[in-house]
Amino acid sequence: MDANADEVTVAVAANFAGPLAKIGEGFTAATGHTLRVSSGSTGKFYSQIISGAPFEVLIAADDETPRKLMAEGYGVTDSSFTYAIGKLVLWSAQPGYVDDQGAVLTIGNYAHLAIANPKLAPYGRAGLEVLKARGLGETVAPKLVTAESIAQAYQFAATGNAELGFVALSQVAVPGKPATGSYWLVPPTLYGEIRQDAVLLKTGEKNQAAAALLAYLKSPAAKAVIQSYGYGP
Amino acid sequence: MSAETWAAIRLTAELAGLSTLLLLLLGTPLAWWLARTRSAWKPLWASLVAMPLVLPPTVLGFYLLLMMGPHGPVGQFTQWLGIGRLPFTFGGLVVASVLYSMPFVVQPLQQAFEAIPERLLEAAATLRASPWDRFASIALPLARPGFVTASVLGFAHTVGEFGVVLMIGGNIPGQTRVLSVALYDHVEAAEFAEAHRLAAGMVVFSLVVLVTLYVVNRPARDEAQPAR
Repeated sequence: MDANADEVTVAVAANFAGPLAKIGEGFTAATGHTLRVSSGSTGKFYSQIISGAPFEVLIAADDETPRKLMAEGYGVTDSSFTYAIGKLVLWSAQPGYVDDQGAVLTIGNYAHLAIANPKLAPYGRAGLEVLKARGLGETVAPKLVTAESIAQAYQFAATGNAELGFVALSQVAVPGKPATGSYWLVPPTLYGEIRQDAVLLKTGEKNQAAAALLAYLKSPAAKAVIQSYGYGP
Repeated sequence: MSAETWAAIRLTAELAGLSTLLLLLLGTPLAWWLARTRSAWKPLWASLVAMPLVLPPTVLGFYLLLMMGPHGPVGQFTQWLGIGRLPFTFGGLVVASVLYSMPFVVQPLQQAFEAIPERLLEAAATLRASPWDRFASIALPLARPGFVTASVLGFAHTVGEFGVVLMIGGNIPGQTRVLSVALYDHVEAAEFAEAHRLAAGMVVFSLVVLVTLYVVNRPARDEAQPAR
């Protein structure tokens, strides 16, 4: 193994876990460094990081958490940047269930709508904004099933236990795999932009692999992977 | 404390109370059978009852989610009955709790039944007491400490349930957001003040419950022993 090869411990928002695995392959091939990845909700990582979790890089699902971490001294000043714009979809594992206007939200006969915990996950918050924009905030509230991250929201819908779920496009449109079920790509006008930032944490300041990973995230190779999962540039 | 916290406390008490009641109803005959049977299948049944002690809750949660889902056998059965599906409902949590807390109820009962001398039951039989009579007037009173332990542990263990609820509950206020999940939520969201209140409350609750259990069960045991 390369003498200069290091390992970087990464916390990644659940919606980006798939793309990161792919990017990680290219990163390791290009630099020799390896990744140790934990995936979960951004809010959960925030409270773990301020409690001393050993993450060196946070790849978040929003821009607010990295900003807060830098302001509070847990993130390296000015190290954050936007690596992707998240796209929200309303998804069902059942083909043909979701129409391309999202009318199913109003007229559909569904018992459960899975959503990531809005307190912890930006995609969850975006989902609530969509319901509010459609005037469904109150009628749909009793049907909401709150998952601890967007990965669990996807799982609730994938097992069919929830007929519908607000998930990330990256979970549904996996490159090289046919899309399953049916989904509505929610117009970005219905929710606040999901600007996903990455940040170097203080624990990773001296790890060259951490800096290399952030640099690699900005590379054309990484950008191509990110766009192939349907993220905005 | 907030209304939300009270709702979680009430829900947790309802879940634990109902599960314990069902466990006593189901567990008593099962424990009696396990204590008395000479069947070659006994080790298998005893192992099945004890499984939740050794399995991670995630195993149970995963299988329940699949089994009770729209494509699972339990899910298809409940839908055929017209009661819908169990995940994300209070009923689903009750089913999960009954499975998950089973050993905490069945094992103390089984041990209590096993401690009853066979000759007492045989003596009653020679006096023409029916099997039901022997059970009701000899076994049940003698097994009282076992019932106390079973009820308290069944209740307390259901209150302490977390992993299974997290996987099949869906965190719905008033439906499935029990105390342990509400606490987890607060911790994850860095709401430490509210988290402290719940966590400290549960520490005190568990301590009180266990101390009460040991105090209540002590005299009964002493009586059973010959005077020293």
